[in-house]
Amino acid sequence: MTNRLFKALVTSAVLGLGATTAASAAECIAPANPGGGWDFTCRQIGKILFDIGQVDAPVQVTNLAGAGGGLAFSTVVNERNDDAELIVAASSATTTRLAQNAYGGATADQVRFVGAIGADPGVIVVAADSPFQTLGDMVEAIKADPGSVAFAGGSAVGGFDHMKPLQVMLAAGFDDITAIKYIGVDGGADAITQTVGGFTQAMTGDMSEIVGFVNSGEVRVLAVLTEERVPGFDDIPTAIEQGFDVVAVNWRGLYVPGGISDADFQKWADRLQAVADSAEWKQAMVDNGLAPFTKVGGDFQSWVDGVVAETEELSRKIGVIQ
Amino acid sequence: MDIFSNLAMGFEIAFSPWTLFLAVIGCFLGTIIGALPGLGPSNGVAIMIPLTFTLGLDATAALVLLTSIYYGAMYGGRISSILLNIPGDEPALMTTLDGYPMAKQGRAGDALVISGVASFVGALLATIGLAFLAPMLSRIAYQFGPAEYFALYLLAFSTLGGISSNNQAKAALASCFGLMIAMIGLDPNSGMPRLTGGNLHLMDGVDFLVAIVGLFAVSEVFFFIESHGKSGALGVKLDKVTVPWRDIWETKWTMLRSSVLGFIAGVLPGAGASLGSFLTYMMEKSIAGEKGGFGKGAVKGVAAPEAGNNAAAGGALVPMLTLGVPGSGTTAVLLAVLMTLNITPGPTLFTDRPDVVWGLIASLLISNFVLLAMNVPMVKIFVKILQVPPAVLMPGVTMISFVGIYSLTGSYFDLLLVVGFGVMGYVLRKLDIPTVPVIMGILLGNAMEKSLRDAMVLSDGDWTYLFGSSISTGLIVAAVLGFIAPIFLRRFLTKPQRVSD
Repeated sequence: MTNRLFKALVTSAVLGLGATTAASAAECIAPANPGGGWDFTCRQIGKILFDIGQVDAPVQVTNLAGAGGGLAFSTVVNERNDDAELIVAASSATTTRLAQNAYGGATADQVRFVGAIGADPGVIVVAADSPFQTLGDMVEAIKADPGSVAFAGGSAVGGFDHMKPLQVMLAAGFDDITAIKYIGVDGGADAITQTVGGFTQAMTGDMSEIVGFVNSGEVRVLAVLTEERVPGFDDIPTAIEQGFDVVAVNWRGLYVPGGISDADFQKWADRLQAVADSAEWKQAMVDNGLAPFTKVGGDFQSWVDGVVAETEELSRKIGVIQ
Repeated sequence: MDIFSNLAMGFEIAFSPWTLFLAVIGCFLGTIIGALPGLGPSNGVAIMIPLTFTLGLDATAALVLLTSIYYGAMYGGRISSILLNIPGDEPALMTTLDGYPMAKQGRAGDALVISGVASFVGALLATIGLAFLAPMLSRIAYQFGPAEYFALYLLAFSTLGGISSNNQAKAALASCFGLMIAMIGLDPNSGMPRLTGGNLHLMDGVDFLVAIVGLFAVSEVFFFIESHGKSGALGVKLDKVTVPWRDIWETKWTMLRSSVLGFIAGVLPGAGASLGSFLTYMMEKSIAGEKGGFGKGAVKGVAAPEAGNNAAAGGALVPMLTLGVPGSGTTAVLLAVLMTLNITPGPTLFTDRPDVVWGLIASLLISNFVLLAMNVPMVKIFVKILQVPPAVLMPGVTMISFVGIYSLTGSYFDLLLVVGFGVMGYVLRKLDIPTVPVIMGILLGNAMEKSLRDAMVLSDGDWTYLFGSSISTGLIVAAVLGFIAPIFLRRFLTKPQRVSD
């Protein structure tokens, strides 16, 4: 074990030397504390980038938590706008908040979204003893009495988890979406606790949040909000096959500063593609309940622009923004 | 019973020299971290996280190191509470109420030993409870919806007036300060920033650690400056530490009752160790009645909160491991570590990764004995750390607090806030307004607001929803009684000590 400590010391010494002589190592900012999805994105991608030789020094991970990612966003925009060796972890939450102007006036076009290489599928879940057997059952119940079904989710009102049931109801032709009850609690596990306890009738969240509870038989998944059924969870039907055209996945990806050159942007897009193709990343996805979802470079940027516009419209409808 | 075969497997893991070594190191560091004002279990654990990654520890080893720091800090917190009247961490707040008066009466050694033993009893019972009851107790969380949580927080606030001040209006005022500060940040329902003045640093609200360090540690420095450094940091002398067997024996029921109550408080998600020590202190105070001498150096007043907060520390691991819902600030940090190590806590953790769970439980049992040894016979070592001259200690404490705060949030803005809270603490204490309710307000305000608003969403604004279950009704009745009763009973009760000062 002292060996490892020694190694760590030597590594940091070498790193320190390397920083002064060669090109400085790339840095990945996780806009949250250690442990969350953004931290995972930085650590996994950073590690794989080095392991498969895409970068010649380990990627340094910096946790810059604050304002739900807003602090990191403003730091990147205002202080490191042309840093070509900087990547920042992002997810659906990033674009949702940007669309809702929750980053203190910052907009999505101030940075460049370079790619997503995995996604956590959205799910709608009920307690094992719930009367709803299919997503259709639930939609009909809400149509009959919108107040009869309350959702719990891990994000605030207007957040990504809130949007999922609203999108389903819109797809079902139900327009009075402000009548749908939603409470935001501390994360998916808490939302499930409230649902199993009978305080709310359904839970909306990500696949990774519910795996343990599904295996223990306490909850049932009514629908997964992906285009195809998720590998490994083949018995869970999608919303689409039940007649509701909704896809909502919490993608895991990166943005880079807005001021870097097109060549640097392309460099990061290529590196990300290499990570997506690696066996290491495929294993990491399986371990963490992520479904394949690869979009990089310009493709991803235009997809993000579309998502931001869509979220803005929906947010306006439910009154989160004017 | 397979629980014994599981425990046997756990001990096999825990008794490896490497794991034992980590547990001992963790206990030692934890006690120091707990003893130093400002550094509490959650920032202590947070500071150590990078080290576990640098050392490349596996999941079990990392957990053992971090939880023994956690337990150690819970033990260590009492040392500065008793000797300096500054809680070493926030759950040790209640220990100051009787611990410091005891120390001023020349019984510092007794107070340290009794609280050490109480910590041991609380933590040991909680660890045993964790092993036996974890799968069952995880169901309790299903009984608590928004209305029940709101009632629970209400109880915490309303009984606060009874203990923390001899003036309920001042205590209520201080609670409102705390609640006001808690309102800063993101609106928990809409996710939109409020009262931030457009400042991104304020969007996450004010961290209660920032407030604690400011109100307690920094304001202490201001008082020190005011007195031109004449008063010693160690207001009390500690000559010889002997074991007061009689006192320990007399507090046996207090310790047992407090352990059970503290454990339950810990199991409730979001309640945590502070509420545990708080509730146990209140319980023992009401059981002892006016003759108990609570607030004036009652032995039971030291034993109760220490047994309570250590039991709550163990209890808080239950929802963290079984539901993935942290029961306290520190378990939230631990949860983050687990997730980084690719372990998803939840109902299946006990079957999926028995090595992690049982290795952890076994090493917690071992850590407890190590901690008892460190905190009773060897307590003088830690007292020495606090015994450096005040002119060195106070700036040193401030520096460590600042480093701790900065390492936790990585933001210079919080350091300015710390100073601001220091000024606020100084003014409040000059005005004889207790600072404890301010902390409670910041700590619980958001959760309380959130549960009330969630309850209103679920019930379409029908306030009778708050009385919808026997649990919530019972808690609300207790809360109202807890606030009103002391007003009428005041003339019959001896005035309690002030918390701060």
